[in-house]
Amino acid sequence: MILADLLQETYLALSANKARSTLTILGIVIGISSVIAMVSIGQGAKIQIQTSIESLGSNLLTILPGVVQPGRGIVSSGRGSAQTLENEDLEGLGRIDGVAAIAPELQRRFQVTAGTGNNTNTTVSGVSPDYAAVRNLTLAEGAFINESHLRNLGRQVVLGATVATDLFGDGSPLGKTIKINKVNFHVIGVLAGKGGVGFSGPDDMVIVPLSTMQKILAGVDYLSTISVSIVDKERMNEVRDRVSEVLLRQHRVSEADFSIISQEDILGALSQVVNTFTIFLASIAGISLVVGGIGIMNMMLTTVTERTREIGLRKAIGAKRRDINRQFLMEAVALTFLGGVIGVILGWTVAFVVTALDLIQTQVSLASVFLAFGVSAAIGIVFGYYPARRAAGLNPIDALKYE
Amino acid sequence: MIEVENISKVYRDGEIKFRALDQISFEIKTGEFIAIMGPSGSGKSTLMHILGALDTPTSGTYRLDGRDISTLNDDELADIRRNKIGFVFQSFNLLPRATVLRNVMLPLVYQGVRGEERERRAGAALAAAGLDRAHFHHLSNQLSGGQIQRVAIARALVNDPTLILADEPTGNLDSKTGEIVLGTFKKLNAAHGRTIILITHEREVAEYASRIISIKDGAIVGDEKR
Repeated sequence: MILADLLQETYLALSANKARSTLTILGIVIGISSVIAMVSIGQGAKIQIQTSIESLGSNLLTILPGVVQPGRGIVSSGRGSAQTLENEDLEGLGRIDGVAAIAPELQRRFQVTAGTGNNTNTTVSGVSPDYAAVRNLTLAEGAFINESHLRNLGRQVVLGATVATDLFGDGSPLGKTIKINKVNFHVIGVLAGKGGVGFSGPDDMVIVPLSTMQKILAGVDYLSTISVSIVDKERMNEVRDRVSEVLLRQHRVSEADFSIISQEDILGALSQVVNTFTIFLASIAGISLVVGGIGIMNMMLTTVTERTREIGLRKAIGAKRRDINRQFLMEAVALTFLGGVIGVILGWTVAFVVTALDLIQTQVSLASVFLAFGVSAAIGIVFGYYPARRAAGLNPIDALKYE
Repeated sequence: MIEVENISKVYRDGEIKFRALDQISFEIKTGEFIAIMGPSGSGKSTLMHILGALDTPTSGTYRLDGRDISTLNDDELADIRRNKIGFVFQSFNLLPRATVLRNVMLPLVYQGVRGEERERRAGAALAAAGLDRAHFHHLSNQLSGGQIQRVAIARALVNDPTLILADEPTGNLDSKTGEIVLGTFKKLNAAHGRTIILITHEREVAEYASRIISIKDGAIVGDEKR
């Protein structure tokens, strides 16, 4: 029996009972479309996270004091209390080939009060002028900290977007004075809102010169982080190793008393969370696919019983076991495949609508579409196998006598 | 051409043995038109199943075109049916959703004959069975009983079989239509030299054949040439 004939037989058989075929297909449609939609939502979330992290600087190494072990947080000493990074480290790091810029930083939380009487408890970061470039910060208005502020222990402050609103409402804070830990600072700039991720985004912080931070506000001489931006993303690992060497030598230790984290590490950790979430959603959708498959099997078993005489006839005129087997398997696969096609279209539409309504970012990957086709065809084979075998195994004499 | 030698068929149901056929022997030559006649329960259906390669005997040999087919397996029997045997059933057994032409082509589909060749042979078989070309693309529910049975005869002819087996072909037809159908068989035998075996319980039907084998309780009780 050639393929064209097989397809024609399949078409005739399935179109003979359109209502039943349609309802059976519906099970597969729902299963496939929900898998596609769920996976696309997961993919979308992943991409969203990726872009927001990359907006913070994708070619960035962050050096933290203390040792961070993946999955366990900081051991031996907390990040706040570890004091292993110092201003002296910066010079060595600056000489490494491939390093574009270095931005040291000292962070503390302080009470910030404005002349309006508004006050907020926020992160105060002492930084150098390179910080804006390294961290991809842009100013909404005013200017950033410069070298002369740094040299003179200047009392200038740049406000994050959220802090600016908290303290001054809609009015421009430029030229106003705020108090940080009871010391007066002059507002010279406001950062553009970034809507970044996590709790320590640049929107909710204020920026002061590093020297002022160390000597006046905190009264310490160490750093809480050093951000290193790299010329070429491809050389990330090489530079990371060099940074590690330089710091080990500088600190005269054999085992690192600092940690180097790249944006990729953070991205990896978050992606893993999102992936788990996606798999969870997809498996729930997958269950409905299995239920759809059982529907196919149910219909095929009914069909085989109804068409017993036809099977008997086909065998009498020379159809082999294999021919009958193929015919019924083909019907099951045609049902699931058709369901797969409609399901992919429907799932895609759902993803599109969800994006269009601005609910959640979605991304339909080609891989998930191919996977859906593969899975639906496989379901046809798995759930069609038993009914087809039963049809093929019928004895022609009994089948012809069947009423 | 057909040699049946000491064929027995025994059915077992637990302890009980039932001997449907008991040591039957006969020969049929190419071009004969034979009726196998007997009351229901005589074993004629069992004999038809064995002659039609739907079943194998418990003992004895059955040679079709010189080949012993009494010991073949399922798929080998399917091959024999496909290439050497055409069936006509009492209840027609057409596929209700397929056209007349498609029904007749079905055996060729399993033989792997394709395209125009297939359609040409199906058309020729329908013409030989006496069905008007106007009905070729009708569904079977648009045809009369006599026309349906002629489609079934055409389907039995289309693979150019050694042997046509008709199992009570007039059982579901009124007597007038039955006569037309039997006339068709007679013509196929006389004009085309087809070998035909007609299974029936009616004397009048059997008399269309040129030789009548009577069977009762699994044994041959008469073999008359006319």
